[in-house]
Amino acid sequence: MKPLEDYLVIDFSQFLSGPSAALKLADLGARVIKMEKPGTGDICRHLYTSNVIINGESSVFHAINRNKESFAADIKNETDKAQIWELVKQADVVMHNFRPGVMERLGFDYESVKKQNPTVIYGEISGYGNEGPWKDKPGQDLLLQSLTGLTWLSGNAGGPVPMGLSIIDMLAGNHLAQGILACLLRKTISGEGALVQVSMLESAIDFQFEAITTYYYDGKLPERSENNNAHAYLGAPYGIYKTGNGYMALAMGSIPQLGTLLGCEAMLVYTDVSEAFHKRDEIKAILANHLLTNTTDHWLDILQKADIWCADVLTWDKLMQHEGFTSLDMLQNVIMSDGFKYQTTRSPIRIDGELFTSPKGSPKLGEDNATIINQLINKA
Amino acid sequence: MTKPLEGLLVLEFAQFMAAPTAGLRLADLGARVIKIERPVKGEAGRQIAIRNIFVNGDSLVFHTINRNKESYAADLKDPEDLERVKKLIKQADVITHNFRPGVMEKIGLDYNSIKAINPRIVYGVVTGYGTKGPWALRPGQDLLIQSLSGLAYLSGTSNDGPVPFGLATADMICGAHFVQGILAALIKRSKTNTASLVEVSLMESVLDLQFEVITTYLNDGGQLPQRSSVKGNGHAYLSAPYGIYQTADSYLSLAMGDLFKIGEAIGIDLQTLYPEKESWFTHRDEVMTLLGDQIKQKTTAEWLTKLESAGIWSSEVLTYEQTLQHEGYKVTGMQQQVKLPDGSSLTTTRCPIRINGQKLYSDVAAPRPGTQTDSINAQFNLI
Repeated sequence: MKPLEDYLVIDFSQFLSGPSAALKLADLGARVIKMEKPGTGDICRHLYTSNVIINGESSVFHAINRNKESFAADIKNETDKAQIWELVKQADVVMHNFRPGVMERLGFDYESVKKQNPTVIYGEISGYGNEGPWKDKPGQDLLLQSLTGLTWLSGNAGGPVPMGLSIIDMLAGNHLAQGILACLLRKTISGEGALVQVSMLESAIDFQFEAITTYYYDGKLPERSENNNAHAYLGAPYGIYKTGNGYMALAMGSIPQLGTLLGCEAMLVYTDVSEAFHKRDEIKAILANHLLTNTTDHWLDILQKADIWCADVLTWDKLMQHEGFTSLDMLQNVIMSDGFKYQTTRSPIRIDGELFTSPKGSPKLGEDNATIINQLINKA
Repeated sequence: MTKPLEGLLVLEFAQFMAAPTAGLRLADLGARVIKIERPVKGEAGRQIAIRNIFVNGDSLVFHTINRNKESYAADLKDPEDLERVKKLIKQADVITHNFRPGVMEKIGLDYNSIKAINPRIVYGVVTGYGTKGPWALRPGQDLLIQSLSGLAYLSGTSNDGPVPFGLATADMICGAHFVQGILAALIKRSKTNTASLVEVSLMESVLDLQFEVITTYLNDGGQLPQRSSVKGNGHAYLSAPYGIYQTADSYLSLAMGDLFKIGEAIGIDLQTLYPEKESWFTHRDEVMTLLGDQIKQKTTAEWLTKLESAGIWSSEVLTYEQTLQHEGYKVTGMQQQVKLPDGSSLTTTRCPIRINGQKLYSDVAAPRPGTQTDSINAQFNLI
């Protein structure tokens, strides 16, 4: 039995943050119904800028929205609105990621929904919260990275370097899933409903809580190393290095010990532990030059025997051929209602040894209207 | 206000970052979280510092991750201590650990042994790479997981080689998944009244973090990500202009949008130069270079006035100094103080989730090893 079996989630959200939270709930067993605008649907179906299209829609939409149903309804049309109300009244969870004020105008804000469904768990994700000078700014990942100081942590010293994924969307989605689950748990005990709110801004700050707490303490901005930077707050050798035939990651080891193991005499002089941080640029430069003189396997073999934390640096093709990856069973094949199949990843959580896979691919816009009307609306 | 997890008892045998960040989230949501630590020295994370900053005997990082928790000191190799810990486990809802496979079995605190003494336990385990396969016994360390998972080929430019995310990203995302698994198992328990084993790994979590782009890779004929060669590149899979550009005085972020409209606002006729939408992707580097040359000519403020009035997704690029003083940040109330035993306080951030409009604060600082041993012994009748 999946933990969220019998739970109904009505999801008004679009793009990545909200829908990625709904995917987590779906994989844990909930029935997730996407509420979509007739004709266009979730903007992510088409307006994503990546040029990879699978079966007529963006690859990214298929990744985020598998294992869900789609109900097409015009929230501004009275007949449709009545149907939406029937669904919302039965829902355990209602969620959205509209900008502040939009759901109030549409009439499905928490206070209105709570009147009809007092034990609902109502989740929302905003860009920057509901107040302050940023509240109407677009809640877009790169902008959030840029406004929260995140771009000064990756890459080498110099200009800002964004993290090359929609990391803040992902974090906010995960935080919303956490809040919803915590309140669903309480509901099993006390029957209480709740409003759960997350913003991309607060999620981005939380992600950086170590670095920001450090800034509050010493008032010093992060300083990335000149080369081979992997963490602005850590000393040598922490980083990724080029070798004679590829790259390797090195995450620990005292400098003289590494010098001895790797046969690099120039490193032996750094006997004072604090030098690993204060002289990290020159130490990393010496190490980087030295590691070029032999292969990744050669170095890893020496270091792993000495229990030094190190690893190869893989691209996806190499990773997916590796037994370390295949033994995780991380990939699954899903099938859409028209028979189209695609491969994607599964939920990262296991409970009682069970992998939460599901063969259901992403829904076509409105493909579940008839079923949902039969099962949930006419019944009511 | 009552917090959603009030009444829940969590025992944290876990160390370092991934699992303890999950413990922190459960604590902030209302659970009582007790760290079970070896006497005197406590968990190894107490000694892991960044910039070598220690406060009240423990690293600042430890304080950041372990506030709002209690500490119970026990030597798990000592039979009497172990007996007391087992008595405590009988009364717990959740236990968490991140030992390598085999360690808890040796002590006798593995899932099956615990289930025998507490048939309703939710038993959570974080590993680096799962429990089988050639990596199972390898150190589950953030940079190594980033490096093995392909994550290092998404940031920076095509000339850079691999560029890791400059934060413990695998730990953070895995901790976030761990919380979800534990809460889901507790929800399941409310129906079945039985124990559950929850497992997450850093590797699976970082693969999940990449699920959009890995799904694209799996269905586009296996083309590896191609980062732009232009500095400031924001995303290997997105077309121009996505990225950060240098201005006359600072930097400017430009997210996805209608390139013709963006060109118009910047003062370049992109409609004539790149009429096909497809070319925004295939000629990404050229377009970004063109935009970059133009953007360099004016200040960030000048550009933002033009771009924002045209509804183009753009922003300035702030440092912590600027962010933390900005009204947009201050109004969130993310900052909070915890009280140290000597009466001084430490500034950190709060839980990012709001419940019923309330921000979840706690001024309880991280405990020293064993601070609550006596009171817990008394309260739970362990002696």
